[in-house]
Amino acid sequence: MRYDVVIIGGGLSGLTCGIRLQEAGKNCAIISTGQSALHFSSGAFDFLNKLPDGTRVMHPLDAIKRLGGNHPYRKIGEEKIREYVADVQDWFGKSGIVLHGDVEKNHYCLSPIGIIKSAWLSFDDFEPLETADAFPYKRVAVANFAGFIDFYPRFIADALAEKGVECRIEILNIPAVEKLRTNPTEMRSANIARVFDSEAQLENVLTLINDLSEEVDAVILPAVLGLSSVYPLEYIRKYSEKPVFFISPVPPSVPGIRVQKRLQERFVELGGTFFLGDTVEKAFFDGDTVIGITTNNHSDIQFYAEQYVLASGSFFSKGIISRSNEIYEPVLNADVEYDSQRDNWFCKNVFDVQPYMSYGVKTDTGFHPLRDGVPVRNMFAIGSVLSGYNPLEEGCGSGVAILTALHVANTILISD
Amino acid sequence: MNLQQYNISENNFEQCIKCTVCTVYCPVIPVNPKYPGPKQAGPDGERFRLKDPDYFDVSLKYCLNCKRCEVACPSGVRIGDIIQMARIKYSHSRPKLRDRLLANTDFVGQLSTKVAPVVNFSLGLTPVKSVMDAVLGIDHRRTFPEYASQTFEHWFNQREIKKKQSAFKRHVSYFHGCYVNYNYPQLGKDLVKLMNAVGFGVHLLEKERCCGVALISNGLIEQARKQGAQNMAAIRKSVLDEKRPVIATSSTCVFTIRDEYPHLLGLDNSDIRQFTELATRFLYRLIERNEVKLVFKEDYKQKIVYHTPCHMEKLGWSVYSTSLLKMIPGVDFRMLPSQCCGIAGTYGFKSENYETSQGIGQSLFDDIGQSEADFVATDCETCKWQIEMSTFVPVMNPISILAEALDEEATMEANKEFCK
Repeated sequence: MRYDVVIIGGGLSGLTCGIRLQEAGKNCAIISTGQSALHFSSGAFDFLNKLPDGTRVMHPLDAIKRLGGNHPYRKIGEEKIREYVADVQDWFGKSGIVLHGDVEKNHYCLSPIGIIKSAWLSFDDFEPLETADAFPYKRVAVANFAGFIDFYPRFIADALAEKGVECRIEILNIPAVEKLRTNPTEMRSANIARVFDSEAQLENVLTLINDLSEEVDAVILPAVLGLSSVYPLEYIRKYSEKPVFFISPVPPSVPGIRVQKRLQERFVELGGTFFLGDTVEKAFFDGDTVIGITTNNHSDIQFYAEQYVLASGSFFSKGIISRSNEIYEPVLNADVEYDSQRDNWFCKNVFDVQPYMSYGVKTDTGFHPLRDGVPVRNMFAIGSVLSGYNPLEEGCGSGVAILTALHVANTILISD
Repeated sequence: MNLQQYNISENNFEQCIKCTVCTVYCPVIPVNPKYPGPKQAGPDGERFRLKDPDYFDVSLKYCLNCKRCEVACPSGVRIGDIIQMARIKYSHSRPKLRDRLLANTDFVGQLSTKVAPVVNFSLGLTPVKSVMDAVLGIDHRRTFPEYASQTFEHWFNQREIKKKQSAFKRHVSYFHGCYVNYNYPQLGKDLVKLMNAVGFGVHLLEKERCCGVALISNGLIEQARKQGAQNMAAIRKSVLDEKRPVIATSSTCVFTIRDEYPHLLGLDNSDIRQFTELATRFLYRLIERNEVKLVFKEDYKQKIVYHTPCHMEKLGWSVYSTSLLKMIPGVDFRMLPSQCCGIAGTYGFKSENYETSQGIGQSLFDDIGQSEADFVATDCETCKWQIEMSTFVPVMNPISILAEALDEEATMEANKEFCK
């Protein structure tokens, strides 16, 4: 099978790159082992919340120059990044993804346990907060669906009480949602979201929200509305008497799944081919050039392309794999940045900075992965398979995924 | 010592990191709250069952075995296999008469084709359907596939057709499956026409048995294993002795032989697996290698939407069927979003599953209903029954579409150079 570009990995980075290339007329294939980490999205893209030394960042673009030379942002360069982010909200808008926020400045949002954290661009479900010190409403009702175990109203109420917010915890009883409790393990966000695809059920939940909102300034709900469209969100916002504020429950993430679906649909609408449930097994080389790849499903029928993009993710997606004595990259056996002493991979205190979070594939400044120190000429690595940054500590995982993808797409298009 | 190499189980359930992605893509959960979902029924439940088989939960029978959980899993866990193996290992329920009738597609087919007009007429009658529902538990709202009065094998074995096949330079064996043999021989005839036109002689296996998919899902494992072994012997003879690869027109037959035989029945097929595949994949490979050419009629004009059967999704092979369809100049093609149609072989025929079955497929039926397509293309016969019953839009196998659109003479001419 012949394509202009074959992208290995169908998460945020692979899809961003694929959509950008399809828009410019390239014929791309994306091969993805399974569904991506967007299913665990917090509901916001982050760009840079902290520097490696722990300094908090409010103006992420200005902080790029303070990152180490090996950081993917430094490899792209501040000037290019400013160019890419200028229209990034409009660009996601074309896929039907509304992103709140200002690319120049971080804002705040509420975490699943009510902690106020910084973020860069929030999905449509979430209302950005201007400050970390206060919540805009004085009296709120924190409402949960009866039996939904992935949302913690008590934590949220306690955390907000510290900011001087008066909280009430309310339980919403909706018979159609109750039905899911037949199997408590399936009382999960995506299944609740499906219930509210029906207009009648939306009316039910609206009535309950309005009933309990009389004595409060706002209602907090778990973000479990709108799996396939934002209509349920819009409906509640339009007809509720008081503002409704959504907070992410623990995964699966309904907003994240919706973003994944939207991106995938856009890629396919633009003519791209998405191979889900297939795993790339091996890349074949002629010197420093990839000549083809094989996959589990297609075996002897190989994929051929002018350019290849490795967007296979980190440990979670098996873009890199750890064994007791080594960490390796399974597709091309690319050089991986990691400490040769296993004891140095992690800190025993789970809350410390964990070195393994920064491990990933080594590349040159043009994002060509290295094999025995030699860059692969027609392949690029993007997103969380890369080394040189700690997405958890720095709060920059989505930003690196999106910007390395746009940068590599741009590089491929310029090279024509 | 590297301990990690010793802690991988046969069905890799310990690779599950409890991410819950599979539960989002299970088609059963949204319509049947009695089903505990792939994560709970699969890897989570497996931990308990390993401790004590009494933890086996009978509601695992609601699993369609569609494998969409496996397609979605980022960790490569064989969730569907874990669930099916649990049913095989731990279920105490014995197949009912109804299950045996539905599962024995070739035995029932053999009887029915002999008296096809009577069977077809009777199965269309409301009183008969009511009795079957009441006595057997086969839902009265189902439309039954019609039986042919002449089997495909019988047609093929007519002297002139069979004899013609040896005149070709290149050869394949055709695993026709029960559907082609007893219900719809025309698909088999289309396959022979198409393969002959591109210069391949078509042969039948020495002895073909039902692939056994319905036996597996109805708990008739020993019979499935026996039939599987017979098929493997026949395929080995074709592939290894006669050097004839085996092609099929049913995605489920192919999937069962390639993946369910080793995973669920413990039959090692590693020597022949890669030579057993769908006809569309076989043709695609040869076209890509420039060893086959298809020439189509210029006046063929159809609006086609393609439905991806679950086992086709698992195989990842819809690209082959759809690529071939897109080669037909007059085809206006659209891919339907990949989702389960709800029939899952014999599952939807059972009274207790009817509502679930139709509920699962509803959004697909709506989409097809609004598509204004001339017909739906799909590689699975039970999806065909389900869609035709639920939408009234005709459904065709891609091979039949290709055969219909083919300019037979021009194709023969174009393939002459490969047949010397």
